[in-house]
Amino acid sequence: MTQTTVEYAEKVLLSGNEAIAMAAVDAGVKLASGYPGTPSTEILENLAKYRAVYCEWAPNEKVALEVCIGASFAGARALSTMKHVGLNVAADPLFTAAYTGVRGGLVVICADDPGMHSSQNEQDNRHYGPAAKVLILEPSDSDEAYHFTRMAFDLSEEFDIPVIVRTTTRVNHGKGVVHRAAPLDLSGRHCSLEVNPQKYVMIPAFARARHVVLEETLNKLRLHAAESELNRTDMKNDRSVGVITSGASYQYVMEVIPENWSVLKLGMIHPLSDDVLSRFCSSVERVIVVEELDPYIETAVKALGFKCDGKNLFGLQGELNPDLVAKGFGIPSSSTTIPAKALPPRPPVLCPGCPHRGTFTVLKKLKTFVSGDIGCYTLGVNKPLDGIHACVCMGASLGMAHGMGHVLSGAEKKKVVAVIGDSTFLHTGINSLINMVYNKSTGTVFILDNRTTAMTGQQENPGYGTTLMGEATNNVDMVALCRAVGVEHVYKGNPFDTVKLHELAKREIERDELSVVIVEKECVLAFREIIEEPLTIDALKCIGCKACLKVGCPALVWDGAGKKVTVDITLCTGCDVCVPECPVDAFIVPEKKNRGEV
Amino acid sequence: MSKITNILIAGVGGQGILLASEILSEIALRLGLDVKKSEVHGMAQRGGSVVSHVRIGEKVFSPLIAQGASDFLLSFEKMETLRWQGLIGPQTVSIINDTRIVPTNVNVGIDSYPEDLDAYFQQNMKKYFLVDASQLATEAGTIKATNVVLIGSLARLMHYDKQIWLDVIQEKVPPKTVAVNTKAFELGYNAVAQ
Ligand code: SF4
Ligand code: SF4
Repeated sequence: MTQTTVEYAEKVLLSGNEAIAMAAVDAGVKLASGYPGTPSTEILENLAKYRAVYCEWAPNEKVALEVCIGASFAGARALSTMKHVGLNVAADPLFTAAYTGVRGGLVVICADDPGMHSSQNEQDNRHYGPAAKVLILEPSDSDEAYHFTRMAFDLSEEFDIPVIVRTTTRVNHGKGVVHRAAPLDLSGRHCSLEVNPQKYVMIPAFARARHVVLEETLNKLRLHAAESELNRTDMKNDRSVGVITSGASYQYVMEVIPENWSVLKLGMIHPLSDDVLSRFCSSVERVIVVEELDPYIETAVKALGFKCDGKNLFGLQGELNPDLVAKGFGIPSSSTTIPAKALPPRPPVLCPGCPHRGTFTVLKKLKTFVSGDIGCYTLGVNKPLDGIHACVCMGASLGMAHGMGHVLSGAEKKKVVAVIGDSTFLHTGINSLINMVYNKSTGTVFILDNRTTAMTGQQENPGYGTTLMGEATNNVDMVALCRAVGVEHVYKGNPFDTVKLHELAKREIERDELSVVIVEKECVLAFREIIEEPLTIDALKCIGCKACLKVGCPALVWDGAGKKVTVDITLCTGCDVCVPECPVDAFIVPEKKNRGEV
Repeated sequence: MSKITNILIAGVGGQGILLASEILSEIALRLGLDVKKSEVHGMAQRGGSVVSHVRIGEKVFSPLIAQGASDFLLSFEKMETLRWQGLIGPQTVSIINDTRIVPTNVNVGIDSYPEDLDAYFQQNMKKYFLVDASQLATEAGTIKATNVVLIGSLARLMHYDKQIWLDVIQEKVPPKTVAVNTKAFELGYNAVAQ
């Protein structure tokens, strides 16, 4: 979508992420930097299509936010996007950016994932408001995602403070009707340098003064919150029950709420207005707080001395939905559902032709203990590969393996290997590799380099070859990088040649020195050109031993009636990982057209 | 509150479910109705279960369908028809793609695929249609148009003007595939009787 002419006040159907991207364009944003992470990823992907805003993927969220802080200091409006756990990485600059304040509006979109549709925890990032002392807004659907994001830039500049727009999966990936407003024309605004060390250099003496300013700002914001249209009250004559809610929960509340109950919908999550809360709570007999995850609003209500129900009715885990809210309200369900029937699960699996399959097949045979990381390869944890034995957060695999190595001994120590993807390695893994070199680790690190950030949908990264805006760029040379930080033993392996990879992995695991094995093959989804002709199985040869099924490829189908395995030729990519598993050489392998040796 | 139409779309990652819900939402917008749609991306792309909720009406709040409240179910795979059974009521009108996609965990012998699905549908669903969408798509020109066949069947059962469906589909599919997809839509449309 190239934006040529600007249409005003149109009505469009957008996901929350598309709405945020459009809001950023309409708010005159000049620069956007983020790191992909579900459910936030599509914001920058959509924004990049407008061409009006400079967009980039940064190697991690901390870098992304720092880039945006720089742009803001130079006077430009800047947007940083990340998922909830990403804000943990970016927390360091965020806390101090609250002290410096901004010049151009500085907005961070932070996408929480209640229910953990694709995350390792379901932390509630509203707590970053009080902790980092920044302003937080929370939209409840696409339309609000658009309008709140625009307001966030205005508020950021008006109050000289970074603003977080906190979304959740339902808002990011839900679609709804957006009423677009006239774009702001900031073309007359010129970026410039401003020398003001008292504001922008946070040495202790200056920071102490800025902390005073920041607390004053928060007080002003509390007053503003009391009047702001971001917090909306809908009072009914009958004052028996009042519900306080925000974000996606508001939509569920509105779906099931009895007509005579009043509602306070909060759009400003930090600072909360004591005034707004007190006014509402003292005008109804019973208060019910409906919010996902932690009792954030509930705690504030109780601190003001009001009694309320909340987590006692709705619980601390997962997403809400209309049924859970109705149940919490004590409204009996009138619906009938069809009777339940037990089904086997259908978990996501490594794709057919996925290069990670080869590495896990080899590591399983070597009986390793795999300290894993966050990415597609984490799916290797599932049966039949059973390939991951620990996994905490982005970039942690190397550090954990190093820690294990230092407290284990003998054969146990040798069993531990670290496995990390290229994007994750460049995100925060590289720091741990430096630590392993410096602190004399003897471990083995496998970098699964598929040249892309695959899990979130094949985004570009510093190893990909193009930028988010589509320009050709430098590629990180992984071997040179590892050597440069001091690793002596760096080798490349091909995950599609599991026989050779097995030899190499075995040798390096045995080695009493630190080594890095870069297992290199492109992601089959991002680089379709690696796809080869599908294999077939000679049904006369196949003895039905199922040995090949252990690689867990969806293209291999067990034919129970014939007691044989067949290949689904619409799925098979001809990667050959299954071939050496067969004890009777039943696979018929077509000649390869473009398989180079690594 | 005026009546809201709830459509649940279920299947396996990679089957084109998101396009189906996209088309439905776009139709609602063109009809001047409010619409909310909800689905979860990420892991689901890798052969996992996928579901999309679409809700159409004068004013829609929740993006999620409540217990038993689906008016229509569009199912891209036989077993996935029942993955979200809590959202399906006896009144739900279902269109079921008559095809099995066996999960890897079943293939390697950890789980087994339910064998008695037809009997279960017959017993518990008042109105359902089994459509051999892959076969019809192949007839239309490519198995990839399976999702459009299913949308065609849904169009037959929903009350919106057929031309709007065709307009939106022709806009959303790649230009080169318009003819094939139009044919696929018609085959799906004729595969179910009102
Ligand atoms: S069947 Fe074998 S060759 Fe084909 S994609 Fe699966 S593992 Fe690779
Ligand atoms: S490993 Fe070979 S013999 Fe055994 S089931 Fe697979 S194809 Fe058949």
